[in-house]
Amino acid sequence: MTTLQAPPGRPGPNVKEEQPYVDTAPNRHTALWLAVTVAVWVVGWLIFRGQDTRTLSFQDLNGFHRWLNDLRDSIQLASSRGNWFFHGVIGNISAFFNWLVGQLQELVSTPAFPRPVPQIGWLGVLALLAWVAYAVAGVRSAALVLLSVLGFGFLGYWGDSIDTLIITVLAVLICCLIGLPLGIAMARRKAVSVAVTPVLDLMQTMPAFAYLAPLALIFGIGASSAVVCTLIYALPPLVRITEHGIRSVPETTLEAAGSLGVTKQQMLRRVQLPMARRTIVVGINQCTMAALSMATIAAFVNSPGLGKPVIAALQSLDVGGAAVSGFCIVIAAIMLDRTTTAASERAEKLNRGALASVSRPGVMLMTVVLEKLPRWATEEQRGRRPLPSPLFRRAVLALTFIPVLVAILLSRQYLSLATFSSSANVGPRIATAVSDLTDTVVNSVDTFTNAFKNVISYGLLNPLQSLLGEAPWWLMAAVLISVAFFLGGWRPAAVTVVCEAVILGTGLWHDAMVTLTMTLVATVMVMVLAMLLGVWMGRSRPADTVVRPVLDTFQTIPPFVYLVPALALFSSSRFTAIVAAMAYAVPIATKLVADGIRGVSPSTVEAARSAGITSRQMIMKVQLPMAREALVLATNQGLLYVLSMVVIGGMVGGGSLGYLVVSGFSQAQLFGKGIAAGIAITALGVMLDRITRYAAARHGRI
Amino acid sequence: MKTGMTRGPRRLRLAAIAATAALVLAGCGGSNIKQTKTSSAGGKSCGELNIAVNPWTGYETNAHLIGYVAETKLGCKVNYQDVKEEVGWQGMANGTIDTIVENWGHADLVKKYITQQKTVEDAGPTGSKGIIGWYVPPWMAQKYPDITSWKSLNKYASMFKTSESGGKGQLLDGDPSYVTNDEALVKNLNLNYKVVTGGSEAALIQSFRSAEKNKTPLLAYFYEPQWFFSEVKLVKVNLPRYKPGCDANPAKVACDYPPYKLNKLISKKFADSGSPAVKLVKGFKISNDDQNLVSTDIAEKKMDPDAAAKKWVEANPAKVSAWLK
Repeated sequence: MTTLQAPPGRPGPNVKEEQPYVDTAPNRHTALWLAVTVAVWVVGWLIFRGQDTRTLSFQDLNGFHRWLNDLRDSIQLASSRGNWFFHGVIGNISAFFNWLVGQLQELVSTPAFPRPVPQIGWLGVLALLAWVAYAVAGVRSAALVLLSVLGFGFLGYWGDSIDTLIITVLAVLICCLIGLPLGIAMARRKAVSVAVTPVLDLMQTMPAFAYLAPLALIFGIGASSAVVCTLIYALPPLVRITEHGIRSVPETTLEAAGSLGVTKQQMLRRVQLPMARRTIVVGINQCTMAALSMATIAAFVNSPGLGKPVIAALQSLDVGGAAVSGFCIVIAAIMLDRTTTAASERAEKLNRGALASVSRPGVMLMTVVLEKLPRWATEEQRGRRPLPSPLFRRAVLALTFIPVLVAILLSRQYLSLATFSSSANVGPRIATAVSDLTDTVVNSVDTFTNAFKNVISYGLLNPLQSLLGEAPWWLMAAVLISVAFFLGGWRPAAVTVVCEAVILGTGLWHDAMVTLTMTLVATVMVMVLAMLLGVWMGRSRPADTVVRPVLDTFQTIPPFVYLVPALALFSSSRFTAIVAAMAYAVPIATKLVADGIRGVSPSTVEAARSAGITSRQMIMKVQLPMAREALVLATNQGLLYVLSMVVIGGMVGGGSLGYLVVSGFSQAQLFGKGIAAGIAITALGVMLDRITRYAAARHGRI
Repeated sequence: MKTGMTRGPRRLRLAAIAATAALVLAGCGGSNIKQTKTSSAGGKSCGELNIAVNPWTGYETNAHLIGYVAETKLGCKVNYQDVKEEVGWQGMANGTIDTIVENWGHADLVKKYITQQKTVEDAGPTGSKGIIGWYVPPWMAQKYPDITSWKSLNKYASMFKTSESGGKGQLLDGDPSYVTNDEALVKNLNLNYKVVTGGSEAALIQSFRSAEKNKTPLLAYFYEPQWFFSEVKLVKVNLPRYKPGCDANPAKVACDYPPYKLNKLISKKFADSGSPAVKLVKGFKISNDDQNLVSTDIAEKKMDPDAAAKKWVEANPAKVSAWLK
C-alpha cells in the first residue's frame, strides 16, 4: 500500500495507530478466491438457472407452517377453555397490565368515566413531570420537559403522547426490575453470561413483528401486549450494559477491597454497584430509547400512544399527519434521553469508552444502541459548581412541590386547565402545510424519482435478484459458505452452514434470497452515501456541526414516519423499501465513517500533507485505508440496520420475507408462515453479522 | 463524588414520595367539573363499548356511526380499537373487543370462532352489499373495450408491466390483511400476471387517481361500497362467474369473488352483558349510498370521523331511531 514514513509516535497505547498500514497478515489471495467463487456462481447460474430454487408461492404452506398454525389454534382453544397456564397465569398477567395502563390513562390522559376529563388535567401533568425532572435531573431538564410536554399539547397529540410515555415508563420500570439483577448475575457468574448472551442476541436480531403476532395471540391485543413486546425489545441493552459496567470495575479495586475482607454482598453493594452506577444509567437511557421506539410499533397490537396516528397516516398516505405525530415522538425521545442522561451526571466521555469496548464480535447491535443519543438538545452544565447541601436541596424540592399541588388541584377544577384547548392546537395547520409542500414537491419530481427508481430496479435489483433467487439453492448455499470462508475463516463459514440449514428448514429459501438481494443493494447504497458524507464530515468540522444534528434526528424518528414520504415519492415497490432502509441505516454508518476518518492520527495526515499530496490522494491513499476498521464496522452496522428494516419495508412493497411477516400478522392461515419468515430473517441477520464481524477482525485491523 | 453518589437515590426517593402524595391528593381533591354524561336510556347502563376499526374508510364510517349514537343516546364510553380483520376476531375471542361492524365473509373464521369455539356471534346484516374484484380506470375500458373480460387480460399483460412485476403484468393489491384470492386466481386462470401489494386503501386510490389522470395502465384489486367511485367510475373486470362452493379450496379458486352480504359480529361475552349497545349493534343498518356519503366526508373532505357521523345522524333521525327500536 502506501510507502509513507511513519512519524515518531507518541508514547502510550496509541502508538499502534501511528504506524502506516503494512500488510503483515499471511497473503491469503482473498480477492482472487472471491473472484473464483463469483465466476463459479455465474457459470452455475447460467447452466442451472431456475432449477431447485425452492420457491414457495404466497398462499402455499409447508408442514412447519401448518404445525405452527395448529399450535396457535390449540393455544387459543386452551386459553378460551380455561387452561391453567394460558387462561390462569397469562390471562391474569395480561388483565393486570391492561388494568394498570387503563388506570394510569384515566389518571392523566383519557377521560376518567364518568368525568369528561382525566383525573389530572394537562396543567397538573405538566407541573408534575417538570417537577420530577427537576428532582432527578436538574433545572435545565425541568425546563426541557416543560417545553416538550407543552409541545405535545400545541401539536394536538396530548393524549397520545402521554399514553406513549405511560407505556414507555412502565416498560422501563419492569426492565429495571428484571434487567439489573440479571446483568449483575451475568457479570458475577460466567455460566449465566454464557447462557443468557445468545438469548439476548436473538432478542435483538429477531424482527419485532415476528414476535408481535404470537404475543398478541397469548396476551391479547391491547396495552399488555404492548408492554410485553416493548419489554422484549428494550431489555437486552440494559442487561448488556449493566453486565459491562460491573465487569469493568478495575481488578485492582476489587483486590484492594478484597484484602480488606469484605464479603461478596458488601463487594457488590459498596464497590461494584457504586462504581458501575454511571454505566448502568447509560443502560437505562438506552433501554428507554429502545422502549420508546418499540412503543410506536406496538400500535399494531392496538397499543395506546403515538404509534396510532403514525399508522393511520401510513394507511391514508397523509404525509402531514405522519410528520406532526412523528415530531411528537422526536420530542419525547429528546426529552427522555436528555433527562436520563442528565440524571446520570456524567459527560459523554464515558459513553465513548463504552462504545469502543463493547463493539467487538459477538455483541450484536451494541454500537447501534449506544450511538443513538442526540447530544445537541441540551448539554447540562459542564463546569461543576459546588453542590448545595442535601438538606437545602430537599427544602427546595419540598417548596417547589407546593405549586405542583396547586396546579394539580386547579387542573381538576377548571375544564380549560384539564383539556388542552383546541384553539391552541397548531398541529393540523402544520400537517396541512407539510402535506401541501410534499404534494408540490412530489408532483414536480415524481417523473425524476420514478426514473431513478427504474434505473436502480432494472439495472441493479432485478439482475442481482435473478442471480441470487434463480440459482439452485445448493449453488447459492455453497457460494455463501465460500464467501464466508474466504472473508472470515472457518468460524463464520460454520455459522453460515447452520443459518442456511435454518432457512432451508423454514421452507422460505427463495424469499430469503430475494430479501438478501434487497439487503445487499441497500447496504451498497448506504455505504456509498455514508462514505461521501462521512469523509466530508470527518475532514471538516463545520460540515460535522451541520450534518450531525440531521443524522441525530433521523435516528430518533421512528422508521415508520419516513415510510409515508417515501411512499409518496416512489409508490409501493422494493425500491421504496430500500429507501426507507437507507434513511434508517445511513446515519449510523456515516457517523462511524466520520469518526474513523477523524481518528486517523493528525501527525500522519500532517506528514502526508507535507509530502505534497492532493486532497483526493489524501482521502484515497491515507485517510480511507487508515480508517479501514471503521469502514468495516460501518458496513456491518449498515447491513444490520438495513436488515432490521426488512419487515417495515414489507409494508411498502418490499415483498418476500418482510411481507410474509406482515401478512402472517394479519391473515390467520399465514400465521405460521409469518413466524417462519421471522426466523429466516433472524438467521440471515446472524449470518451476515458473523461474516462481517470476522471479516472486520481479519481485514480491518491495522 | 461521594455526595453525588448518595444524593441520587435520596432525591429519587423524595420524588417518589412527593409523586405519591400528589396522586393521593388528586384522588380526593374536590372536582367542580360536571360529570356530564349519564345514561339516558332506562334500564341497564351501557359502560364501555369496544369497537374494532378495520383499515378502510367504509368500515370507519360504520364504526363511528354506531359509536356516535352509543355515546350520545346510550351514554356508553366508546373505545375504537384499530386492528386488522383477523386480529379483531381474535380480540372478540379473548374479550378485548366487543364488536366488528362490517365483516366480509371469512368462512374459515366463522367456522372457527362461531361454530367451534362459540366465542363470537353473528349480529345480522349491515344492509350493505359488498363486491370485491379487479378494476381498471375508465379510460382503459373506453380504449380497450374487451379488457373487461378476464380472457383478454393476457393479451394486454405487457402493458401492465412495472419494475416490480418481474416481466409479467402487474396486478396491484391492497392491504395484506384484505380478503383476497388473487394469487390463486392468477395461477389457476393461467394469467401472465404477478400480484404486487400496494399496502393500503389510500395507496390503491392514489394509484387509480394518477392512472386516470396520466392515462397510464393499471389493474388493481378494489371493492364496493366505496366512496371513490363517485370521483372516478372504475370499471370491473369480469372473472369466471361465481358459483356457490367454487371458492371452497383457497388454493384452487378459479372464479370471481362471491357477492358479499356484509354483516356485524359481536362477542359472546358482550352479547350476554345486557348492555343496551347490543341492541344498537344488532339493529344497525346502512345502505351503500349512505355509507359512501359519510366516507366521502371522512376521506375526501378530511372531516373528523365523529363529526362526519354527527352530521349524518342529525340529518337522518328516522333511520337512526330505527336502529334503536
